[in-house]
Amino acid sequence: MTATAVLLRRPVGTLAAIVLVLLVLVAIFAPALSPYDPLTQSVMQANLAPSAAHWFGTDQFGRDVFSRVLTGTRSSLLLGTISPAIAAIAGCALGILGGYFGGVTDRVVGRAIDLLLCFPELLLGILVSAALGPGFWELVAALGLAFLPRFARIARASTLSVRREPYIEASLSVGCRHALVIWRHVLPNVSGPIMVVLTLWVATAIRLEATLSFLGLGTQAPAPSWGNIIRDGLNNLFGSPWPIISAGIAISVTVLAFNLFGDAVRDLLDVELDE
Amino acid sequence: MLRTIGQRLADSVPTLLLVVTLVFLALRLLPGDPALVALGENATPDQLDLFRHRMGLDIPLWRQYLVFLKDLATLNFGTSFMNQIPILDLLAASLPYTLALTAAATAVGVALGVPLGVLAATRRGRTADTVARLLALLGFTVPDFYLAALLLIWLALGWGWFPINGLGESLPDQLYHLVLPAVTLGVVKAAFISRLTRSALLDVLGRDYVRTAWAKGAQAGRVIYRHALRNALLPVATGLSVSILSTLSGSVAIELIFGRPGLGSLLIGAIETRDYPVIQADLVVFAVLVVAVNLAMDLLAVAIDPRLRT
Repeated sequence: MTATAVLLRRPVGTLAAIVLVLLVLVAIFAPALSPYDPLTQSVMQANLAPSAAHWFGTDQFGRDVFSRVLTGTRSSLLLGTISPAIAAIAGCALGILGGYFGGVTDRVVGRAIDLLLCFPELLLGILVSAALGPGFWELVAALGLAFLPRFARIARASTLSVRREPYIEASLSVGCRHALVIWRHVLPNVSGPIMVVLTLWVATAIRLEATLSFLGLGTQAPAPSWGNIIRDGLNNLFGSPWPIISAGIAISVTVLAFNLFGDAVRDLLDVELDE
Repeated sequence: MLRTIGQRLADSVPTLLLVVTLVFLALRLLPGDPALVALGENATPDQLDLFRHRMGLDIPLWRQYLVFLKDLATLNFGTSFMNQIPILDLLAASLPYTLALTAAATAVGVALGVPLGVLAATRRGRTADTVARLLALLGFTVPDFYLAALLLIWLALGWGWFPINGLGESLPDQLYHLVLPAVTLGVVKAAFISRLTRSALLDVLGRDYVRTAWAKGAQAGRVIYRHALRNALLPVATGLSVSILSTLSGSVAIELIFGRPGLGSLLIGAIETRDYPVIQADLVVFAVLVVAVNLAMDLLAVAIDPRLRT
């Protein structure tokens, strides 16, 4: 199937991909695209409704909401992609180790995964944020740890099924080292399902980041993030609803785009997932 | 049946120990220094030492752990840094509201999600299925705290149908205050439950005994509800525990938005005021609730499916 055919057969996925590219461009060029400085306050301009001058209106401090939402794209996309990526790498390592070597290693890894899996991601995120305090890398750690068991479980399951293949035994019997077998044979088989869940988990990571920022555990004021714009907006409900509405639409569109894109990737790679 | 219950209860004891240990270790082994996180960057070394001493953080880890377990077993959580109130009292005052919200949201989620899933499965590929799919997609996409804020702006602030925040005085008033928070969490939950019900039911509808029921000339309602849905409920019940747990954690944000007391607002307030002993105790209660929900759903599965009994 040529690239064009793929695109035409999946209009929804293609549209989602276009939206994602646009979002990445917005994140990169946010400073140039923002009509105002996202941090500059102006008491005279507080709580304005959307207008030609301020597309999304202004907040209680007179800051331009459009510029703040644009800038918020950066932390959302950055955190939303880095954290699951780190979780995927660490989770793969753990899951492959457990699934490949079996025995005590696997029992320890399996038990740890089961234990972490019974916690909802948000609760794990809150737990880690509470211990580490706020900050960018602290948030990456919190989200990463929240997703790690989910990747580890998938990596372990895929490794277990590959482990029984005759070619693994063949490689080992001709004297290949375990490291080489894992690199050559196990990793390529694990990477497919991991890639699929990765795109789907990015959507969840962005939603989680917004939630943690909303709870005051993520990006700290005055730096804007979609979550803390909504937090600020709630303290100013009687002033203007526009910051909440705009930031919420930004979150929803981004999460939707990643979800639809993830679905398209899954269909394309034809990976079976037992979610 | 009693034996199974006893066995599941016994099984959950080590899990319980592991999850509270997880909270203990997370607050101590992660690179963040609790004293520094609690007191801030400007604290003097003396203040930091005093804090560590008061929290028992200056003794070896294994002794801290023993003290932690002993305090837990005797329900001795200490007092809050902020107002010197016994933490047990704070928890006891918050827990019922969080449980009520989670229960109400679960009821809304099941009441909306199961019929929606049945509708989608029985009218597969038709308009109802598409509508149900779009609703579910919306539920997966819109974060619950944003939905809560929107409902607050429109239904409470704009149209004045519901109170903006607080708890309410009398029982009917309290229930009235519970509506918006429960509906917010319930709608998000219904998205998940409807997908789960749909796929479980579709799976069952293809089975032989369902075809037999149709062949006997049974009415559609009887086939779907008596024969198919009862068997489809098992995966739904398993999925329900995941869903209840995500509602439990989602309640943190919802309590904050609607200004409701509860474990979530207690936790966030404690994190903001760096009330370390309250943070630890609150997280322990959350961890215990996680195990309790898993256990309860396990038992529900046993009740639904006699094959799981030993």
